[in-house]
Amino acid sequence: MATAISTSASGHSRAALREPLWVKAIVFTLGIGFLSLFLVLPLVAVFTEALREGLHAYFASFRDPAALSAIRLTLVATAISVPLNLVFGLAASWAIAKFEFRGKSVLITLIDLPFAVSPVISGLIFVLMFGLQGWLGPWLRAHDIQVIFAVPGIVLATVFVTFPFVARELIPLMQEQGNDEEQAALLLGASGWQTFWRVTLPNVKWALLYGVILSVARAMGEFGAVSVVSGHVRGKTNTVPLHVEILYNEYNFVAAFAVASLLALLALATLALKTALEWKIQAARPSLEPTAVEG
Amino acid sequence: MSIEINRIHKSFGAYQALKDVSLNIRDGELVTLLGPSGSGKTTLLRVIAGLEEPDAHPETAIRFHGEDVRETQIGSRQVGFVFQHYALFRHMSVFENVAFGLRVRPRRQRPSKLAINSRVHELLKLVQLDGLAGRYPSQLSGGQRQRVALARALAIEPKVLLLDEPFGALDAKVRQGLREWLRRLHDEIHVTTILVTHDQEEALEVADRVVVMNAGRVEQDGTPEDVFHRPQSEFVMDFLGRVNVFHARIEDGRAWWDNVPLDVPGRFDHGQGQAHVYIRPHELEIELQRNGHPAIEANVTRINPAGAVAKVGLMSAAGRDIHVDIPLERLEVLALRPGDRVYLSPRKARVFVPEYVI
Repeated sequence: MATAISTSASGHSRAALREPLWVKAIVFTLGIGFLSLFLVLPLVAVFTEALREGLHAYFASFRDPAALSAIRLTLVATAISVPLNLVFGLAASWAIAKFEFRGKSVLITLIDLPFAVSPVISGLIFVLMFGLQGWLGPWLRAHDIQVIFAVPGIVLATVFVTFPFVARELIPLMQEQGNDEEQAALLLGASGWQTFWRVTLPNVKWALLYGVILSVARAMGEFGAVSVVSGHVRGKTNTVPLHVEILYNEYNFVAAFAVASLLALLALATLALKTALEWKIQAARPSLEPTAVEG
Repeated sequence: MSIEINRIHKSFGAYQALKDVSLNIRDGELVTLLGPSGSGKTTLLRVIAGLEEPDAHPETAIRFHGEDVRETQIGSRQVGFVFQHYALFRHMSVFENVAFGLRVRPRRQRPSKLAINSRVHELLKLVQLDGLAGRYPSQLSGGQRQRVALARALAIEPKVLLLDEPFGALDAKVRQGLREWLRRLHDEIHVTTILVTHDQEEALEVADRVVVMNAGRVEQDGTPEDVFHRPQSEFVMDFLGRVNVFHARIEDGRAWWDNVPLDVPGRFDHGQGQAHVYIRPHELEIELQRNGHPAIEANVTRINPAGAVAKVGLMSAAGRDIHVDIPLERLEVLALRPGDRVYLSPRKARVFVPEYVI
């Protein structure tokens, strides 16, 4: 008797919690519809357009020397800017999370600057500084160094737009973890260097990797800032996104979409890695909180 | 190893956490620093460990075995430190945590793999966790984590063991067990130990000596018996154990709590004024009739016989709450009921005259 009552009661409450079918249908349709329209459809379009004239034409797009050079330049810019930002991001978050100092909030704001400023404007700033008419122009010319409309400018612009990614991932995590483990390590006789490699770094490794992946994706996909400093010299200062634009403007749609599909694939790979890492970070999280209760 | 702390001042910005604190700790002693939060006890512990630097002051000194360690690197002080929230290395197994202090030694001083292995297992046996060497901190209970932290601190053969509210995050039953275990451990290994706590029961039970701190100063420094039975200030009296506080007036060199005369310690034989009377719940006698002794009237409001003693709540004629503990047998004899009129007389009372009152 008692069981019957409790069963019916819980069944009743479950029904009360259940939304009517039409509400679910609307919410579901809206969500999926929006996602398809703005995300899935463009992605499908990129690959359909790229493969419109068959696989042969698709792969031919990558044999073009200009395309190869663009890919190479993108890889170079990424290979330089990401390690730089890894070191910078680690140093900045270490300083911000573990120490108290004057001007800390200014530093945090500065790190966010590239998020706040339009990439085109940051590109223009570099032109203003390093261009021939810029502040450092005469000195650079005297020493025969070209920054703007050359590879160094592209690297600089890429470093600038990607530098918040690593620091932004690490600061909250490091702040949450606090200083106790480092202090414990120092008290046990570890040097600062040993403490960093054995305690600090292992504790943030997944978040660090996450930040690096976001940095890579942004470095490879950056358009605005790089466009301003590059000068669009074909085969010389074109990165992959710039090359796509040129091809598109020349009505070479198959090649444009084929090269664009590279970036789309990169985005998908990033997404997959990002999700995998989020699981990793989630799995590592419960150990962050000390249990107050005996188990 | 003995520790000598001389005239430590420490401020954080405008806030003075320690105000001229001096303390001597003998070799092999177990001392607790007891005080409410904000009393500076943890700051003092961190200063001793080297985690905080004391303010510059001409006479400041921290001596380990007679030697000033203020310039000594934090890792070379050979201090074992146990944090309130354990601070275990979360990505290392229990074994690796305990081995850390040995592994990071310079190559020449580093024990062999085999020696590290046997030392770690020896320590894990000492803290009764030998079977859990392969676990990670997240897989342990709070009490187990704290024992790992202790084993880790002991691995470097510390000359001084500093414990910062080590059982603060654990529940009452586990605390009690670990407390007794810690005392036995100390009797076994005899390392000079300072334990910070805000739990007076813990302090009184574990320590050879209790240092009561308040607002950045040492209020009293003595054996547990001393601080409990012979408190030197109102603060210590109030902080240690339950207590009834009453107002009294001073007349003719005596304090008068209502019509009950009380002796005043010291030399307040002049003038009149106000004083505070502190009486512990077990130091009040309940009588059903006046028996010639001076006593004050009160009404019984509540009786709780659930415990080793009966807790009786009363209300004085002046409208003050009074707590009295009496043996259960006595409660039976008195046959008290809420609403009964009774007479209270103190067996013992402490009178504190505020210094500004003459």
